[in-house]
Amino acid sequence: MKHTIDARNLLCPMPVIRLQTQIGDYQAGDTIEIISTDPGTQYDIPAWCRVHGHKVLDIQQKENEIRIFVEVGQ
Amino acid sequence: MQRKAVALISGGLDSMLAVKAILEQGIHVEGLNFFTGFCVEGHTQAIRNQNKSKPKRNNALWVAEQLGIKLHIIDVVQEYKNIVLNPKHGYGANMNPCLDCKIFMVQKADAWRKANDFDFIITGEVIGQRPKSQRKQTMPVISQESGAQDRLLRPLSAQLLPPTLPEREGWVMRDKLFDFSGRSRKPQMSLAEKFNIDEYAQPAGGCCFLTDKNYTEKLKDLWSNGGKRDYELDDIMLLKVGRHLRPSDSYKLIISRDEGESNYLRGYRKQFISIEPKSHPGPLSLIDGEASAQDIHLAASIVARYSQGRDATDVTLAVHSKDGAQFDLTVQPMTANNIPQEWLL
Ligand code: SF4
Repeated sequence: MKHTIDARNLLCPMPVIRLQTQIGDYQAGDTIEIISTDPGTQYDIPAWCRVHGHKVLDIQQKENEIRIFVEVGQ
Repeated sequence: MQRKAVALISGGLDSMLAVKAILEQGIHVEGLNFFTGFCVEGHTQAIRNQNKSKPKRNNALWVAEQLGIKLHIIDVVQEYKNIVLNPKHGYGANMNPCLDCKIFMVQKADAWRKANDFDFIITGEVIGQRPKSQRKQTMPVISQESGAQDRLLRPLSAQLLPPTLPEREGWVMRDKLFDFSGRSRKPQMSLAEKFNIDEYAQPAGGCCFLTDKNYTEKLKDLWSNGGKRDYELDDIMLLKVGRHLRPSDSYKLIISRDEGESNYLRGYRKQFISIEPKSHPGPLSLIDGEASAQDIHLAASIVARYSQGRDATDVTLAVHSKDGAQFDLTVQPMTANNIPQEWLL
């Protein structure tokens, strides 16, 4: 399943907290697209994913929006 | 049976060492980091353009990754209000309610511990490190008032404190813990060297903005002009961004200092009247409060002063109302001398 988390205009660490809260409801293998505007998410979300065993598939930046694609781990 | 400890992780060296010492004893450790809204971590670097060369990392997450432990970041913004507004043990040098804050965090950690079936709590506290919250007398206060009692272990000062449950039960060996005390950082530095930790964040003053004098002044201004001692997350976040000037009791101006801040403030255009220079490059600014047409005119001439048109005869600015309507205003920029010092917060 694909999910989207809109974390625009939230400052770090709120986007990470959103992801952390939502991910509990998702299954391993699901993908999540997180949309954010705080440049810090490019570092914090991958770091959070690394310590929790989730995989960052891609990071795209277009103008002021950052899209981070994550695959939910076990 | 492998015992489990939950650690308070601030992102500084002390909590990093405390966790490392416990991991070395074969304990499973996971970290908690509380987001109060006042944390220095992360976002100020994220908003501002400066230090572009430095990665904008969250130190708590970075520490967790170095230690190979999980880190849970917990949003405590709403509950924390009561700590800031009514601290039972009072404030430190500024608006920092450090002792109540520590009790609160350990209490939250203890609730997390019970819910997740962990055995004890560790913190990086060192006796005598901080004048108010980390004294020998305050250590038992934190253990008792948080409810954690003897399940709260401070590995760095453990040998100077009564044995806790994990020590008495033999889950951890007391003689492998430490007897650090006082403000010297030398014991921590040499332990870091022993653990091969060569990179760590240097905490500058404290872990949150409440220890910052200028921030505290802005917070007091918010309370004296907002009518009541209260805040929302947006209020306290905005205090971290831009220059704040108060030309009148009824409104203040928030003027961005660089492009990063302008982008951040742009996100608030539906909540505030905003002003942005058009004829010259310049900062996006918000009007926080009630402003008359005359106030907006004055605000525009202040914003013009901070634009690249500061020496021009006049500057044209776009004024956006909350509903998206827009009109242009041409004003003479104020001179630096005409901006009274007391307006600057
Ligand atoms: S500096 Fe801030 S976060 Fe740290 S203990 Fe004091 S009040 Fe709490």
